[in-house]
Amino acid sequence: MDALIQQFFNLDIMSRALPLVLQGLQQTVLLCLIVIPLGLIGGLIFALASLSGSRTVRWGMIVAIDFFRAVPPLVLLIFVYSGLPFAGIRLSPLTAVAVAFFLNTSSYYGEIYRAGIESVGRGQWDAARSTGLSAFATLTHVVLPQAVRNVLPDLVSNTVEVVKLTSIASVVALPELLYSADMARSVTFNASPIVLAAAIYLCMLWPVVRLISRLERRMAS
Amino acid sequence: MNAFLETFFKPNLIAQYLPSILKGVVTTIEIALAVVITGLALGLALAVIRAFQVKPLNALIVVFVDMFRALPPLVIVLIVYFGLPNVGVSIPSFAVLWLVLSLVLAAFAEEIFWAGILSVPKGQWEAARSTGFGFLATLTNIVLPQAVRLTVPPITNRTVAITKNTALGTVIGVPEILNQATTAQSFSGNATPLMMGALAYIILFIPVVALGRFLETRFAWRRN
Repeated sequence: MDALIQQFFNLDIMSRALPLVLQGLQQTVLLCLIVIPLGLIGGLIFALASLSGSRTVRWGMIVAIDFFRAVPPLVLLIFVYSGLPFAGIRLSPLTAVAVAFFLNTSSYYGEIYRAGIESVGRGQWDAARSTGLSAFATLTHVVLPQAVRNVLPDLVSNTVEVVKLTSIASVVALPELLYSADMARSVTFNASPIVLAAAIYLCMLWPVVRLISRLERRMAS
Repeated sequence: MNAFLETFFKPNLIAQYLPSILKGVVTTIEIALAVVITGLALGLALAVIRAFQVKPLNALIVVFVDMFRALPPLVIVLIVYFGLPNVGVSIPSFAVLWLVLSLVLAAFAEEIFWAGILSVPKGQWEAARSTGFGFLATLTNIVLPQAVRLTVPPITNRTVAITKNTALGTVIGVPEILNQATTAQSFSGNATPLMMGALAYIILFIPVVALGRFLETRFAWRRN
């Protein structure tokens, strides 16, 4: 029991690792501020393209979305970061993460938006258009607000997945939360710094996970 | 075009590294299947236990589920992989990956199965109980068959997303596809093995992703 506490909850080591881990947290927050908006906007574009009137665009987009949902994000990231340099495209860790995340998260967000837009009745479109609203105004003022409300739990839950996913940026040496904690782990030969990082992830995401459960239950009833 | 082929699809490298990539494919499939079986079974078991409404037990289940839904899988993998040997428990890296991903899948599956159980109208319970079915018989014969049907699309999508995480095993040296591909890449100094690894994942997972899409339209999870 004592060994367990020494190895996983060593407060002394945690307090020494704290400054480094907090620096990592800063990077993680920054990373989230980049990749979440990018995914939300990219997802909307993907969704609109997958609902396009042109059959070619629609099917092309569905194939692309399934393609990026089939490749594990870590594989995509390593491909972008250490595969593309062979073709002369050398990206910094941050850019590589942004590119890989854009492709992966936009596909997931795209599917959610699409389900949301499809859940809004066709009559809403027709009614809005017949009152003289342009197609764009119909989309932004009539369809999207209802669509987003219908799939809100899924959007929030996917955002939690994206925040969790930023931890794989540690593999390409981007000094985010997990990377910093793992640095401290390798110096101290003790898992406590990673437990500290886990605690920080929990503080950030547990309330959101609770919120999702509540939202889902409310939607179900 | 030629330079592109030389960089990403060099024929002699494809021939040279195909065996090791295929070995990775086998490892990935083995771990993925093990994770799906244990994860879904544990998730269903937890949802059934939760249906008995024993307060302290339910609180424990909710804490377990929330924690494994809120923590990045890679964080848990590293804690288990680097922490346990120092307290005298040494388990091989593939077992660490299997254990962690099973627990993560169980957490998500419990939540989905539980939502499914809740979605079965109360009248079904009451009708079954009043015809003389016991609690357990009602649950297993009346409620679960209806609940599980509803949960097929979300469970499929979640299971695919979590089995894709087998790629995280590369960080702790599990010889799965990504690990084989990056090793081969560093030996060959060419991106061909990485492209082969990516293609292997696409061949493995496109059918299940497409299946998930089909199931979603087939038994659409109606919210209202």
